[in-house]
Amino acid sequence: MINTIKEEWFGNVRADLLAGLVVALALIPEAIAFSIIAGVDPKVGLYASFCIAVVIAFVGGRPGMISAATGAMALLMVTLVKEHGLQYLLAATLLTGVLQIVAGFLKLGSLMRFVSRSVVTGFVNALAILIFMAQLPELTNVSWHVYAMTAGGLGIIYLFPLIPAIGRMVPSPLVCIVGLTALSLAIGLDIRTVGDMGELPDTLPVFLWPDVPLNLETLMIVLPYSAGLAAVGLLESLMTATIIDDLTDTPSDKNRECRGQGIANIGAGLLGGMAGCAMIGQSVINVKSGGRGRLSTFTAGLLLLIMVVFLDAWISRIPMAALVAVMIMVSIGTFSWSSLVDLRKNPISTNTVMISTVVVVVATHNLAIGVGVGVLLASLFFANKIARFIVIKSDADAEGTSRTYRVIGQVFFASADAFIASFDFKEALEHVEIDLSQGHFWDITSVAALDKVVIKFRREGTRVEVVGMNAATRTVVDRFGVYDKPDEVEKLMGGH
Amino acid sequence: MVTEQPDSRVVTACIDGSASTDAVCDAAAWASRIIEAPIRFLHVLERVRTPERDDLSGAIGLGSRSKLLDELTELDEKRGRLALEHGKLLLQDARERVTGQGAKDVVLQQRHGSLVEALQEYEDETRLFVIGRLGADSEGRQHAIGSQVETVVRAISRPILATVGAFSPPERWMLAYDGSEAATTAVARVARSPILKGLPGHVVMVGEDTNVNRAQLEAAAADLRTAGHEVTYHLLRGNIVESLMTFRRETGVGLTVMGAYGHSRFREFFVGSNTERMIAQSAVPLLLLR
Repeated sequence: MINTIKEEWFGNVRADLLAGLVVALALIPEAIAFSIIAGVDPKVGLYASFCIAVVIAFVGGRPGMISAATGAMALLMVTLVKEHGLQYLLAATLLTGVLQIVAGFLKLGSLMRFVSRSVVTGFVNALAILIFMAQLPELTNVSWHVYAMTAGGLGIIYLFPLIPAIGRMVPSPLVCIVGLTALSLAIGLDIRTVGDMGELPDTLPVFLWPDVPLNLETLMIVLPYSAGLAAVGLLESLMTATIIDDLTDTPSDKNRECRGQGIANIGAGLLGGMAGCAMIGQSVINVKSGGRGRLSTFTAGLLLLIMVVFLDAWISRIPMAALVAVMIMVSIGTFSWSSLVDLRKNPISTNTVMISTVVVVVATHNLAIGVGVGVLLASLFFANKIARFIVIKSDADAEGTSRTYRVIGQVFFASADAFIASFDFKEALEHVEIDLSQGHFWDITSVAALDKVVIKFRREGTRVEVVGMNAATRTVVDRFGVYDKPDEVEKLMGGH
Repeated sequence: MVTEQPDSRVVTACIDGSASTDAVCDAAAWASRIIEAPIRFLHVLERVRTPERDDLSGAIGLGSRSKLLDELTELDEKRGRLALEHGKLLLQDARERVTGQGAKDVVLQQRHGSLVEALQEYEDETRLFVIGRLGADSEGRQHAIGSQVETVVRAISRPILATVGAFSPPERWMLAYDGSEAATTAVARVARSPILKGLPGHVVMVGEDTNVNRAQLEAAAADLRTAGHEVTYHLLRGNIVESLMTFRRETGVGLTVMGAYGHSRFREFFVGSNTERMIAQSAVPLLLLR
């Protein structure tokens, strides 16, 4: 265990330190931009980013993943801050942390297996769109200077790395921020700067308990927000963890990550910060810059605090346009562009799930609702597909007085009607045999459908004999355990 | 329900291409000859996690994620393939070497993952593990003890033969005995094992000359004699590791047998471990019993 800790922290020191520096630069714009959207001072987001990154470095389940104050979370806080103020946001942050820790202990992380690939893609794309849309207020009703600066900033970010030798040594977002700040100071442009957006941190964060009455009323106010924050935070964190797992081909502990996010959020709430979660864009930047270990996340958080506390005079002069450029980069990097290409070759159900997720998120600004809709749609499509795995064959005997129906396949709520429709009740028969031994009855609806078939035949005066009943009905019971027994699986899957 | 199966008689030898590889081969050949067991050579492909390239541009754009995945996969693929080839050659060399020494039944095996994982995978079928005291990771460093030796010894409950320098078959052995549970287990294991049969041995204890110590020592020696070993026993005074080293030099012992890591990690963090000091300072191979 000591070896694991050593490996996770100090297995990759040099690259982790450098990557942490690069990531810290990409954390600042998001923390500032989304504090403003949430309606609080930038320092709330910056303290949160510091605290979450540093704490999650120790307690997270995915080494090398970056967590901090995020856009997805900030968008859920807007009305809470507007109606009740900052103190209630801090209380909600604490409660979010508690809920996430509970989720971790209940092992809700494993529920992620119900979130299909297309929902994840939709989530990621919706997130990118939200981050981009959050930049629009900075780009409306402004002078042409702002547009020029933003465009120039994006130009620097994407073109600077192409310069041989130094291009890959200096983070291009840093060049963009420093360059644009110098330019605007040099020519004395009157454009919005970070300093205009609210209070920046001037001291190290201090411990403080949210100034709210501890009663049921407070709980009822913050609980809905906390539940949403906890859900979105865990969803984004677990999805990001999966992305980092894939990129680095290493496993992560999802339930530990849930608990870690909770602890980090409690820490943030107590230091006057807002709730946060893992960030896809910044985590990708981290991996791309060579960050793999816990040290990279820790470094990012610590450097962020050092930069904003000791350079606050300079930070306040950064034009918002420079940060907007960095955030547009994050949004472009987060968006899954290959999913657009895949739209043509994926089945329509997959596309519907992905696009519905995106549309619902963009409409509600709530990623949890979008994922909920996506998962629901994906499940319905799946049920619909499985419902097609049903065939009913029939053979009449030579005299035409008796018929045997053989049910093969999956009978459940979605295929029960098709099951009933496969029987010909108009045929005048003396005797009908229904062979269920190769059919699989999943639920009560399917059993009721069988009853209905038998009764219908009896009313026509036909003698009905159901065979193989035991094999079929035994499976109605939700006994997932049978999959461990090879011969049981044979029986279950015998239908197709 | 680990039962002694008839095929659980393999000598598993781990090689990694470091200087100790030849010694590991020789030791495996020696052990397999005595206990009449086939040899399995194991080469573990451990993933290098450190990224190779330096790109601190920090910019992500169109398709960055899929491109990054492709790049990282390609890099791992290249490294992986090289390591695989390299390992194959190592294994073949090892087979040639032990075949030259008369070993007949040799299996070659490569596995991905960590060394400990791989060894645990084969633990049930293995009678004896052979490892080098210094592996590829520790060459040229100040460590006298390989980076993974302790982890391996702690994780594996089968006997482990750790080679030191070049291997030559021992003519006599000593068992470091301290009356602890680990040492008693070691005595029982040696008594059962055929590997040291016929070689003269010493049971050595370092400690005060008390009746208790003497009685324990005598009992241990008696156990070994009953099992057919030819042993003498000695009670030494002074620093444990130093006394044992001096005794070994003076008597020409070629193999040290000891129970390993009898104490918790917690204790060792503060007190230090005699096992570790013995492994680090030994000039002859060690047979470690857990």
